[in-house]
Amino acid sequence: MAECHPVGFQWVMEAKARGARVIHVDPRFTRTSAMADQHVPLRAGSDIVFLGAIINYVLTNELYFHDYVLSYTNAATLVSEDFRDVDDLDGVFSGYDPQSGSYDPTSWAYEDVAEPAAAGTDRQAPAEHEESAGHATGSQGASEEGAAHVHRDETLQHPRCVLQILKRHYSRYTPEMVERMCGVSQEDFLAVCEAVTANSGRDRTTAFVYSVGWTQHTVGVQYIRGAAILQLLLGNMGRPGGGILALRGHASIQGSTDIPTLFDILPGYLPMPKAGNSDTLEDYLGRISTSSQKGFWSDARSYAVSLLKAWWGEKATADNDFCYDYLPALTGDHGTYQTVMDMIAEKVEGYFLLGQNPAVGSAHGRMQRLGMSHLKWLVVRDFNLIESATFWKEGPEIATGEMRTEDIGTEVFFFPAASHVEKDGTFTQTQRMLQWHHQAVEPPGDCRSELDFFYLLGQKVRERLADSTDERDRPLLDLTWDYDREDGRPGASADAVLREINGWELTGPDHNERGDMLSSFTQMKPDGTTAGGCWIYTGVYADGINHSASKKPGSEQSWVALEWGWSWPANRRILYNRASADPDGKPWSERKAYVWWDEEAGSWTGHDVPDFPKTKAPSFRPEPGTPGPAGLAGDDPFIMQADGKGWLYVPKGLLDGPLPAHYEPQESPVRNPFYSQQSNPTRQVFKRKDNLSNPSAGAPGSDVFPYVFTTYRLTEHHTAGGMSRWSGYLAELQPEFFCEVSPELARERGLDNGGWATIITARTAIEARVLVTDRITPLTVEGKRIHQIGLPYHWGVGGGGALVSGDSANDLLGVTLDPNVHIQESKASSCDIQPGRRPTGPALLRLVDTYRSRAGITVETSNTLRGEA
Amino acid sequence: MKNSLFGPLDPAPDAGWTDAPARKGFLTDTSICIGCKACEVACKEWNAIPADWSEGLTGDSYDNTSALGANTWRHVAFIEQPAAPPAPPPVDLGMPTLRPADEAAAPDGAGSQDGNKPDFRWLMSSDVCKHCTHAACLDVCPTGSLFRSEFGTVVVQDDICNGCGYCVPACPYGVIERRNGPEDAKNVGIAQKCTLCYDRLEAGNTPACAQACPTQSIQFGDVDELRERGRARVEQLQAQGVEGARLYGDDPNDGVGGTGSIFLLLDEPEVYGMPPDPVVTTRDLPDMFRKAGMAALSLAAGAALSFLGGRR
Repeated sequence: MAECHPVGFQWVMEAKARGARVIHVDPRFTRTSAMADQHVPLRAGSDIVFLGAIINYVLTNELYFHDYVLSYTNAATLVSEDFRDVDDLDGVFSGYDPQSGSYDPTSWAYEDVAEPAAAGTDRQAPAEHEESAGHATGSQGASEEGAAHVHRDETLQHPRCVLQILKRHYSRYTPEMVERMCGVSQEDFLAVCEAVTANSGRDRTTAFVYSVGWTQHTVGVQYIRGAAILQLLLGNMGRPGGGILALRGHASIQGSTDIPTLFDILPGYLPMPKAGNSDTLEDYLGRISTSSQKGFWSDARSYAVSLLKAWWGEKATADNDFCYDYLPALTGDHGTYQTVMDMIAEKVEGYFLLGQNPAVGSAHGRMQRLGMSHLKWLVVRDFNLIESATFWKEGPEIATGEMRTEDIGTEVFFFPAASHVEKDGTFTQTQRMLQWHHQAVEPPGDCRSELDFFYLLGQKVRERLADSTDERDRPLLDLTWDYDREDGRPGASADAVLREINGWELTGPDHNERGDMLSSFTQMKPDGTTAGGCWIYTGVYADGINHSASKKPGSEQSWVALEWGWSWPANRRILYNRASADPDGKPWSERKAYVWWDEEAGSWTGHDVPDFPKTKAPSFRPEPGTPGPAGLAGDDPFIMQADGKGWLYVPKGLLDGPLPAHYEPQESPVRNPFYSQQSNPTRQVFKRKDNLSNPSAGAPGSDVFPYVFTTYRLTEHHTAGGMSRWSGYLAELQPEFFCEVSPELARERGLDNGGWATIITARTAIEARVLVTDRITPLTVEGKRIHQIGLPYHWGVGGGGALVSGDSANDLLGVTLDPNVHIQESKASSCDIQPGRRPTGPALLRLVDTYRSRAGITVETSNTLRGEA
Repeated sequence: MKNSLFGPLDPAPDAGWTDAPARKGFLTDTSICIGCKACEVACKEWNAIPADWSEGLTGDSYDNTSALGANTWRHVAFIEQPAAPPAPPPVDLGMPTLRPADEAAAPDGAGSQDGNKPDFRWLMSSDVCKHCTHAACLDVCPTGSLFRSEFGTVVVQDDICNGCGYCVPACPYGVIERRNGPEDAKNVGIAQKCTLCYDRLEAGNTPACAQACPTQSIQFGDVDELRERGRARVEQLQAQGVEGARLYGDDPNDGVGGTGSIFLLLDEPEVYGMPPDPVVTTRDLPDMFRKAGMAALSLAAGAALSFLGGRR
């Protein structure tokens, strides 16, 4: 965090000054480790063993927060008799189909809920995997038929209750196993366990903070799930000082999932419609929530219809399903890596790159560049002439002869971008907080903001199509496209966009005139009488005031600082904060008082905006089976979940299992000791000649790639370098690409500090300067010495005008993905390292070929989903 | 007459400023420095100091600007301190003991969890001009380019400096340097160093480095108060078991009369590349003058005597 988020890290330092204990778990010793009370180096890719063993420690020693766990999680809920765990089935959960490499999750359901009727939603069919199903889940949380009436065992003793399943599942995750698999001593591991449990409970809370590298694994979602289980067991969710905080790679990555740049969701985590099973608005809404589930997703119709009204205005009527047909529908995986492969297959003609440099920043740089060379046109909007704009003349493949400039037909349009100080707008940070920034200066020259660019592009496209009678042009022509600046200059008003996002009442005879701004999403209507572009953001413009621009200093308001920026939903700073009070509505302790029930006033109150129906008493119990928000009991704090509880066990919604189970990375020098199943049996593999994998442990040839490498960022640079390698003041601070190795590995391979090394995988070989450092610790795993190599990924070859350049670490990576969210495994792969510089030109290809043949690599290598590597 | 070249004093009034504001300086608390280098960048941005990436990777941890100099007025050092080797197990001398043999032979495991563990350390420290009470650079400057500001700081006037370079070897810390390049940079050949952002101070602002520091490792303020704050912080750290914590430059009786930039270090100054006992190179100037005068007198007297002797 100190490394990549130094400004945010000031708060960790403040907490530390006030007595907080900081533990840093990371393969290498970073600037964060330097400040931590304890640094725990572990083997990249072994995190579920580590987390699972803490869970086991908490359960075995009965250190979980009993009252919290019993009342606020699904620990007591009974699971179907049909469920079988990974230990029963040699590494897969029940419902696995080896043909498709995917699960039918029916058997994971809560008891009595597993009748076929549940298949009214779309995720069960094993055939889904063909279409790569992560997008099918959406992010709205799984709907759950009948979840409003589940079977519970309040004693937590029933063998099929979630807590007992959890106990059995993690019983093999012992301190000894941590030592064997993570390379962490039992002493260090137990010190972590003791710190985490001693600092959780009524009086204390523990926070987990991760950066997005934690998600970049074939089991990435399950890593986060592991932390979620632990935090629920320890009672650290919905409470001050608790939670799981995702640090994002850019200033507004939270914002770009809320109002998504992702292909599979619409604003506010509504799923994208899917061709075939959501052809009508009714079908679509049925996928989001069922009529019998609890919580706020049952109002999805209001959110969806308001969105359609915001986009298509008066054209959206009840008679035409509010233009629902205008939304594109998914026909499969359209994620970034699939899209690149589709480019190579000539299925994609054009590509917009907005502040993104995939030629350097995405896994498998060669595939990225190859894909772009098949495009007809490419728009690059950036500050500088990044490598993704120059790959066709200066990319590494030009040097090796794999591509020739004269063969590449891609027409590249470079548009200089405006920076954040040159435009108005909001950033949404990790606390879901929108912070408005004001334009300070005009953008220089031809630079323009993204907003202006797309607004004007939209205007031009609509002008071109104005006379079109083609049905397919209607969605564009019928859009409300009126965000003119108030001052009359060309371009769009960010303020007008934020107003539409917030939403307004629709008044007048046909409900097509803008009325008052909405102040809460609970005011959204299912009948087309409200409009709003992103339901969770509703309230940011309540009473016609831009609350994201609130900047009252912390010293002039409460410590929760509700008047600094605005957090969705409803300006709540901590989600699910009903859980900060006990089942009776009283604070768990004075020290951790946050939100509580005021008996006299008959309402929830506290330091934050209560995340609960305001006047619902703690003792309230609904009629069994009552759906929607009304179905929430007074002790159901997790108001977006179908049963109102925090999910230790996920009965539906994940594609790779209801509980995190340890699987080795796609490429690992270590065998999975739990079962013969080496890696995630549902990971998304791509068997292609241009995407070969190194053999994993147990397979012949794995010793050709004996080392683990992991990639990361440095404080001095930003991601793929587009903003930092062109700035002298930053470039001089880290002028060259380097690899970090331990003194022991340096001796083993003859590497000299300051010298050169060549790092080789099945994809390519790159060269880096060598930093020999004690900050990299060799680990002993399964009795074997495991060396890890650290590679910052900021450099690239060929950018126009870059002050510093170098080989790109991401060129080493292949494309193998987490099944839920299609994220690449880029933090734990295998490689070889040799002293000296790499060959250039065609000789580089020959070197890589030698390695491939030595290791016996084919397209099948490491790509068998079920079983050993 | 008081010797203004040595000993404790308030430098601005000593330099002739009347109604000078309280002396200003930095407290750089390295115990909370995260090595982000925001200070280096902010300093260069504000003072328009040229960047130079041509040297490439130094191979010296994460430090690629190497030292303070004409183009680096703030410099963050990165010191990788290997874990101390574990204490050797006590040698069994075969002496009689009351404890069971296995217990006696076992190495003492205590101390591994109590903060005394000889962990690997990565020390980070942002160095800067010390703004000495007795600044040798200023004393030797023949043009008056270097002057004592009303804030008690030492500032170079680049339009007066003639590049003679006397100040360079005079500095006991190796801070000031003549700019060698890059070629197109301004002030090539001119002595350059931290001004404690004299222009910002005059406008009532905080120096750029302190403003940019995200963890308050660099604190700006009145030197007297910073010394107090530093002492309190050292006590706090030592109470927490950080035995190596100490202040550097806070003693008005040291060889430079104390510095305006003081540092909280976690180890010996040498570890950070700082001189352990800096002495203002002009400290002995009066004494040298005296001795040189004596020598001259002796010579003259000897010469006179020899003539006297000749007449005999």
